[in-house]
Amino acid sequence: MSHEDADAAVVRHSRADGGRVISILTGQFRDFDLAEEVWQEALVAAVTDWRANGVPANPTGWLFSTAKRKAIDRMRRAQTASRPETLAQLAREGETGIATDPRIEEHSAIDDDDLRLMLLCCHPALALESQVALTLRTLGGLTTSEIAAGFLIPESAVAQRIVRAKRKIRDAGIPLTIPADVASRVPFVLAVLYLVHNESYLGHAEGSPVRADLGSEALRLTRRLAVLVPGNAEVEGLLALQVFTQSRAVTRADAGGALVLLADQDRTQWDLALVHEGNAILAEALSRLDPGPYQLQALIAGYHANARTAEDTPWPDIVAAYAQLIRMTPSRVMRLNHAVAVAMADGPHQGLALLEAVDGLDTYHLWHAARAELLWQAGNADAALASFERALELANRPAERRHLERRITAVRSR
Amino acid sequence: MEYLILIHGDESTPAPAPGTPEFDTYMAGWMAYNQQLIDGGHWISAANLMPSPTATTVRREYGGADLVTDGPFAETKEQLGGFYLITAVDLDEALALAKALPLPAGSIEVRPVAFVPSAG
Repeated sequence: MSHEDADAAVVRHSRADGGRVISILTGQFRDFDLAEEVWQEALVAAVTDWRANGVPANPTGWLFSTAKRKAIDRMRRAQTASRPETLAQLAREGETGIATDPRIEEHSAIDDDDLRLMLLCCHPALALESQVALTLRTLGGLTTSEIAAGFLIPESAVAQRIVRAKRKIRDAGIPLTIPADVASRVPFVLAVLYLVHNESYLGHAEGSPVRADLGSEALRLTRRLAVLVPGNAEVEGLLALQVFTQSRAVTRADAGGALVLLADQDRTQWDLALVHEGNAILAEALSRLDPGPYQLQALIAGYHANARTAEDTPWPDIVAAYAQLIRMTPSRVMRLNHAVAVAMADGPHQGLALLEAVDGLDTYHLWHAARAELLWQAGNADAALASFERALELANRPAERRHLERRITAVRSR
Repeated sequence: MEYLILIHGDESTPAPAPGTPEFDTYMAGWMAYNQQLIDGGHWISAANLMPSPTATTVRREYGGADLVTDGPFAETKEQLGGFYLITAVDLDEALALAKALPLPAGSIEVRPVAFVPSAG
């Protein structure tokens, strides 16, 4: 067995089994922090062991037993006196061999462990950035450094967020349960998955390991959520949005790592199978007659995805969808997008008027970049150049910086 | 687990005057809430506080003399007005009970209790 095969198996199981193993161990030891730590340790142990001895016949069982043995060792060392009966029982188990759990043996795609853990990681009592880090680590199987690379933040900040979140889960008594009104908690999970999706879409961190591909991880978890919480229009809406976005993942940046605008992308390379899947999911969502912001964003993404050429883009429909979206969630970024769509439908001057009316985005690079494009289209090259330069000052993502540098060169050499 | 529910409200909001039907309705809401806590086995204790102008703060610096000043610890728009000490299985149950408070507006802080010293 090559190291690559063993490592790939560890990665696969870190994603597929984390939810179940952490859920079961948290239940047995009444300690999420412990469960999460020993799961990470078991993954590290698996890398060494599987490289040397090959992937075991029952990898999930191996990981579970290893994690559980480590948990028992830790409890022994810590001399936890608070639950002597649990400890004694677990210690006996440690001597006679680790009892497996029926849920490890007969896992099915619809078991609730992943959902339980998603709801815990995305609990509104935790800070949003902690929710994101915790979700990616426990359910995404990403390491702290991969999360840090994906979000362009220091690894110590990610570690800090995870520690803080786990401490609050323990001290404030945040439960690992599925509440009766699970629908009321789904929006919090969606917010986290949307944020990860957005970061991957806009961030596109270069030079980061392939595993830190936040976009496909967000998509995988959203697909999982759609199975665990079926019939939810907004879950389907977010899923459709991500599928549409994924369909043009390869054309989003050029070979040099610079962002390519939608209008300039090579649409023949778009993944039509994903476009069709997105259409089907969105149709399903819309048929539930329970509209929401994720469905509207999916609708907009779908209009783009289904336009075979940039000229085919149905801008008036996109304007209408943005107008609805703004009524639902009065976000400044959505008003910015609305203004750009209006410019495409009705001309740069109408778009600029709307853009100027959105205040509070003074330090947002995309506001300046959009304004620059519209000024350029309106024939005001000097103002466009100044706006592009301001956007570049504010942008910090490499792909976006490279794109803005090119635009500045183009405008200068007009 | 035990949780302290701290109720912060804007004291300048006029409250219904005693003797009016509005007051009776308002109080009935709180009585019903208290009964809900008792029936559910959540009740430990509770208190409604006098308004913050009645507060006196003792400020102590390391090694310094105590300084007694008029008013609450922090001059904020919303002031601590009362509390419930409850027992709940987890934070979700405590939050559900906090959300059930018949408070028209304000902020409700839910804090887990670390330990309660035994009094002799």
